[in-house]
Amino acid sequence: MEAAALPAALELAAGGGAGLSPEKRAVLGASLLLLQRDYRFERVWFWGCIQGVRGAYYIAEGLGPDRAAPRSRLYSLNCVEWSLLPPATEEMVVQAEQLKGRFQGDPSFEYEYTEINAEDAERLFEDGKEPMIKEESRLVATIEQIDRAVGIIPRGAFLKTPLGSVRENRNFEGLSLTEAKKLSSYFHFTEPVNLKNKTLLEKADLDPSTDFLDSLEHDIPQGSWTVQLEKGGTVVVLRSLLWLGLTFYHVPMTKQYGYVYFGTGEKNLDLPFML
Amino acid sequence: ERGHGPYQPHEPGYGLYQPGYSPYDDQIPDPKSRMLAIQNAKAYLLKSSTTSGLNLYDHLANMLTKILDEQPTNAVDIIENISKDVKWAQLRKKMDTLRDEHEILPTFEAAEKRKALFLKANGEGDEELEEEIGETPLPNVMETAFYFEQAGIGLSKDESYHIFLALKKLISVQPIQTCRFWGKILGLEMNYIIAEVQYHEGEEEEETEEEEVIEEGGKGMGEVEDEDENKEKEYEPPKSTYKPPPIIPKEENGTGANKYVYFVCNEPGKPWVKLPPVTPAQIVCARKIKKFFTGRLDAPVVSFPPFPGNEANYLRAQIARISAGTQISPIGFYQFAEEEGDEEEEGGGGRDTYEENPDFQPLSVAEMVDSLATWVHHGQSILKQGRCVWLNPFQKSEEEEEEDEEEEKAEEPDEAEIGPPLLTPLSEDEGIQNIPAWTAQPSSNLIPQYAVAILQSNRWPGAYAFASGKKFDNIYFGWGHKYSPENHTPALPPPVQGEYPSGPETTETRDPTLEEELAFKAATEEALAAAEDEEEEEEVAEDDDEEEEED
Repeated sequence: MEAAALPAALELAAGGGAGLSPEKRAVLGASLLLLQRDYRFERVWFWGCIQGVRGAYYIAEGLGPDRAAPRSRLYSLNCVEWSLLPPATEEMVVQAEQLKGRFQGDPSFEYEYTEINAEDAERLFEDGKEPMIKEESRLVATIEQIDRAVGIIPRGAFLKTPLGSVRENRNFEGLSLTEAKKLSSYFHFTEPVNLKNKTLLEKADLDPSTDFLDSLEHDIPQGSWTVQLEKGGTVVVLRSLLWLGLTFYHVPMTKQYGYVYFGTGEKNLDLPFML
Repeated sequence: ERGHGPYQPHEPGYGLYQPGYSPYDDQIPDPKSRMLAIQNAKAYLLKSSTTSGLNLYDHLANMLTKILDEQPTNAVDIIENISKDVKWAQLRKKMDTLRDEHEILPTFEAAEKRKALFLKANGEGDEELEEEIGETPLPNVMETAFYFEQAGIGLSKDESYHIFLALKKLISVQPIQTCRFWGKILGLEMNYIIAEVQYHEGEEEEETEEEEVIEEGGKGMGEVEDEDENKEKEYEPPKSTYKPPPIIPKEENGTGANKYVYFVCNEPGKPWVKLPPVTPAQIVCARKIKKFFTGRLDAPVVSFPPFPGNEANYLRAQIARISAGTQISPIGFYQFAEEEGDEEEEGGGGRDTYEENPDFQPLSVAEMVDSLATWVHHGQSILKQGRCVWLNPFQKSEEEEEEDEEEEKAEEPDEAEIGPPLLTPLSEDEGIQNIPAWTAQPSSNLIPQYAVAILQSNRWPGAYAFASGKKFDNIYFGWGHKYSPENHTPALPPPVQGEYPSGPETTETRDPTLEEELAFKAATEEALAAAEDEEEEEEVAEDDDEEEEED
């Protein structure tokens, strides 16, 4: 969610019972602005909070002029001092996927591989590396996975300019109530995967400036998003069931939208059994 | 001539409109013709479109008017959108004879319901006001919400206040002694807001009557079947010897897992629905399945092993499990009532009631956070059987013993299950792998004087408790499932039942071969002949006529 809209946004996304204490809210107002100044971001998003066993990580993302470029991620343990995280690599993501269990809350904690295939073990030992992953890498990989899988925006909120960069759409007035209840009005805010697989007929209906991302309709498994109207039908809240804790809110017919993650940072692999 | 500025080399038009060399130079020799050209151009612009009835001249004029009125920044970047907006506005102005009805959005109805919460009931006199200000079972939801907010837990203030009023409504309708906001469970289509309630003694609705009627009906049926058996014993196929495991009866309302009654509603403003009491079979099954709640209480729960009940029962079972595992209080707040005698109760389960300790001395926040032994469970834990107090399912009443004389006795059950006694400290809780069962934190490190001690459960993510001085409370916000680091493996179906027991009579043996049969036949003939010879020898002396007849 936009740092500037943080107080109002937290009220709207609090349906799941998770939020920030007044102390954190107050300090974020100031420290996110300072982040913007120090790192020269154009926009700063408060991404959310990952609960570890002994402490919590607060994550912020900074965006440059092209909103679809890889975002810089920062983490903090107390919302006052922020540290930049290294960009996520595929290798990190693959390694982190094998880890199970909660985050510890200590960024220098090292996980030991407990169960690895024989092939992986050979490969790792050949390289001479020891099979230990730092919690920091796991954090980076988890944030990247969550953004890729369930980071969403409403349709029409971002435009692709003819030069290829992505910017906010200043004419975006919000989705209507009927549109807001449909999953097809929301897009994943990452590199599109399914776009090329659409039939020519479907592609003809798309508007290349607004429809350049994957929509949520074809997410697997079906039903992995819950769409609810909260606060008496004035706010549309989408919650992801794949990454429990990801909440997206949007007030129809206004420009307010955003997503935030409050959770333990674990993928819900039991999803098919639970639906 | 045209008045365009000097074109830069990178702009289109460079080199085109040199003065004196414009493309229309040869067509406009004199001013009169230029006026004509302007009129022609204007006439072209005023031509109405065949499809929409608009003309470009008016459209451009409107667009420029709008831009000059609003003066947006970087107008040239959004000019297409402005053009679209102007066209939209044009089309909307047409007054159709058919006018759209004012849309009744569902949001309006919901707002009506919520407004109703804020209206005071009619006919309230001063007496009722006094009653309200006195002892009321209504919990101070806003105060609890304030303390949890210090840790970043809780719903928005609006929603908390709505829940506050909804609870007030519940109390005015039902005869309630104590009431507490238990928490919120999220669902797929709708969420559940849950209130934990205790009735005044003796005010409970008699739901047990229905169950007794059903039981008697079942017994009647049994008798009829016995009579039929006696008549048709010869032609009945063999009855199966399968005896289903005995059904463990649920605990009485007001004790054990059914100590509290729970009311749920989907949103504050909607009517409260009472959840049925929970049975041990439901708890045992709920431990094996993991399903999301849909938000509708009558939805079926499709799972394996099949859950005995619908979503209302599943919800109640999960609430029972969560309460049993995560209802905690600072040590010393509750104490056991004075004992009246020895502890020789059935099963040695110990005490199951507690009362508030009037001499409670609260510990400091630092102490509450440092050691988990400063907190105790005041929710009774549920045994594997599904009850809080173990019951031997094979204890039979006198009536049943008479019937059972004919039947075989089933196997005796395992030893009595005993769970941790009430008011055990949290330090006894098992962690999961290397994670402790609870995470304790003060709400603020910057202002420790006024910080609140916060505990989060790691076994039931979403269960929180706070303590500050003499105040404490528990709450749950979550999806209603237990945490397990391993993936959920659903129960496998039971092995296929054998058709019949195998024994020497039912085991197939090899058919005898031809040689074996002939050998057997020869052997029996020999034996027969030997027997006949013996008889002949005996009868020779007696009667010769008979021998002749035989030959």
